[in-house]
Amino acid sequence: MKPNLIRLENVTKDYHFGDLTVKVLKGISLKIAEGESVAIMGRSGSGKSTLMNILGLLDTPTSGTYFLGKTNISRFKEDELSFLRNKKIGFVFQSFNLLPRATILENVVLPGIYAGKSPKDRENTATSILEKIGLSEHINKRPNQLSGGQQQRVAIARALMNNPDLILADEPTGNLDTKSGQDVIEVLKNLNKQGRTIVTITHEKDIARQADRIIKLTDGKIE
Amino acid sequence: MDINELFKLSYRAINANKLRSFLTMLGIVIGVFAIILLVSIGTGLQTFITNQIAGLGSNLIFVIPGRIGGARTPGGVVSNKLVVTDAKTLQLKLKDQASVAPVVQQITTVKYENKADKETTVFGTTANYPKVVQNAIIGQGRFFSQSQEQSGARSAVIGQTVLNNLFPSQNPIGKRFFIGNNIYTVTGVINKRGAVFGADQDNVVIIPLSSAQRQFGLTHVNTIFISVNSPSLVPRVKDQTQKILLKHLTEDDFTLQTAESTLSIVSNITNILSIALGGIAAISLLVGGIGVANIMLVSVTERTREIGLRKALGAKRSDILKQFLLEAVILSLTGGIIGIIAGLLGSLILAKILVSQVTLWSVFIAFGFSVVVGIVFGMAPAIRASKLSPIEALRYE
Repeated sequence: MKPNLIRLENVTKDYHFGDLTVKVLKGISLKIAEGESVAIMGRSGSGKSTLMNILGLLDTPTSGTYFLGKTNISRFKEDELSFLRNKKIGFVFQSFNLLPRATILENVVLPGIYAGKSPKDRENTATSILEKIGLSEHINKRPNQLSGGQQQRVAIARALMNNPDLILADEPTGNLDTKSGQDVIEVLKNLNKQGRTIVTITHEKDIARQADRIIKLTDGKIE
Repeated sequence: MDINELFKLSYRAINANKLRSFLTMLGIVIGVFAIILLVSIGTGLQTFITNQIAGLGSNLIFVIPGRIGGARTPGGVVSNKLVVTDAKTLQLKLKDQASVAPVVQQITTVKYENKADKETTVFGTTANYPKVVQNAIIGQGRFFSQSQEQSGARSAVIGQTVLNNLFPSQNPIGKRFFIGNNIYTVTGVINKRGAVFGADQDNVVIIPLSSAQRQFGLTHVNTIFISVNSPSLVPRVKDQTQKILLKHLTEDDFTLQTAESTLSIVSNITNILSIALGGIAAISLLVGGIGVANIMLVSVTERTREIGLRKALGAKRSDILKQFLLEAVILSLTGGIIGIIAGLLGSLILAKILVSQVTLWSVFIAFGFSVVVGIVFGMAPAIRASKLSPIEALRYE
């Protein structure tokens, strides 16, 4: 049995709109082991985006505890979360979120800049990642010169920049056709085979099925 | 985040919206340009006037009719009670320490052949005038002598403007011309003295005091110049003059001034002028700063998603703050530098037509101002950007 990378204990999240309180997560407890590949499924409104924000350290729980590795990060401050996010988590978004005016290389390098790596160091890392992912001939192009599938692979390369423990993919195939969507999933599966922990949030069964385990979320609770 | 990367980001953002960045900078350019130019004009004016007054000599006292300065400055027209005999009394009593030259003044027409000037100032004075008033330098010919002055001779010394108007490209010495209805002979020409506040000091004719009194019926003097033999005696002679004149005049009838006292009045006025001009220009810089703030707010809003992404990838608040603050500072600083160059060029060109003198402090102030404007007006948008929540920002369409 591998150690846990993620452990959530009775995590809740409330949102306040004036006097109104909306309970989005109603006590989530889950464990994700190192090297596991997990899909989180749920309809819109089920709380899966909120869960993903909490897992990705973009948001903090209202109550409950969140252990990332051995660290309890439930009460971390904004800048501490930024620091951890930068080191431990790689994001892949539905809409790629590449900087349009920057080159592919500059996009991939970005997390390295905030990690304080030297320019030479971060460029070498980015170049070798892009090479492995099969995009080395595109490093000086702009994102809009690439296909959607290629752009998402650039985003994956960027997620790998600081060698994170966890890749968090939020609907990674949502903006792609079936073929290039599957290509992206293959890249993620490959990373998982190499030992990287992958959490994919999706509403597509075909995508979810390819993970080791599926966590279904309904109305703020795990089924 | 390293500084090189920050500069690269700012450069890219500014470069991506060239026209917008240029227009934003223009506000700062105009502000800085105006500060430098207007302060230069103020300073130039001050230097010019100071030189004019200093040209009169530091050992000069002048007595003018009426009371100037002090609490009881009378309003309206002051009747002139200063007469030629006052000057004669002064000369008599001060003769070991100073020489005295009274001046009576009349504006009239001068004529030579078919050429005339209707607005020429005629000075009637004594033969020692060139010795007393240091900036009256005889360049050609000579001044009238004491005996000519006492006999009421019809000789005249002319200024450069009169020379050019009446005797263009001729030797004027010995020429006979009309002052009013009387004929005078040119004995000398005074070197160019320039204009003060638009008053041409060269459109003058100087004639013997007695001739002027007789022709124009003048008994009151416009100025009594007292040239003290040594500058150290100036305060004593000033006191004595005061006492002598007070014997039959009151304090309201005359004012004693020295080059020094006039200088301090003038420099007060021109300092206020410089500050006022600079202040007006500073307002336009302020408006330019508001333009920077405005465009930075637009830029933050436009790049909300980018900010969200950067935060998700690990940017701290301070990283985002620095990024937008630097962009604002670069915008205003570049504008400031262009403004300084434009202001310097403008002052140089203006110096040829008008008076203008660049002061280093105005350049420093303008430079400092443009940095401060960038920081102050860039701060609010930058703080706003740094406080964006990454979730909200990423969701922003």
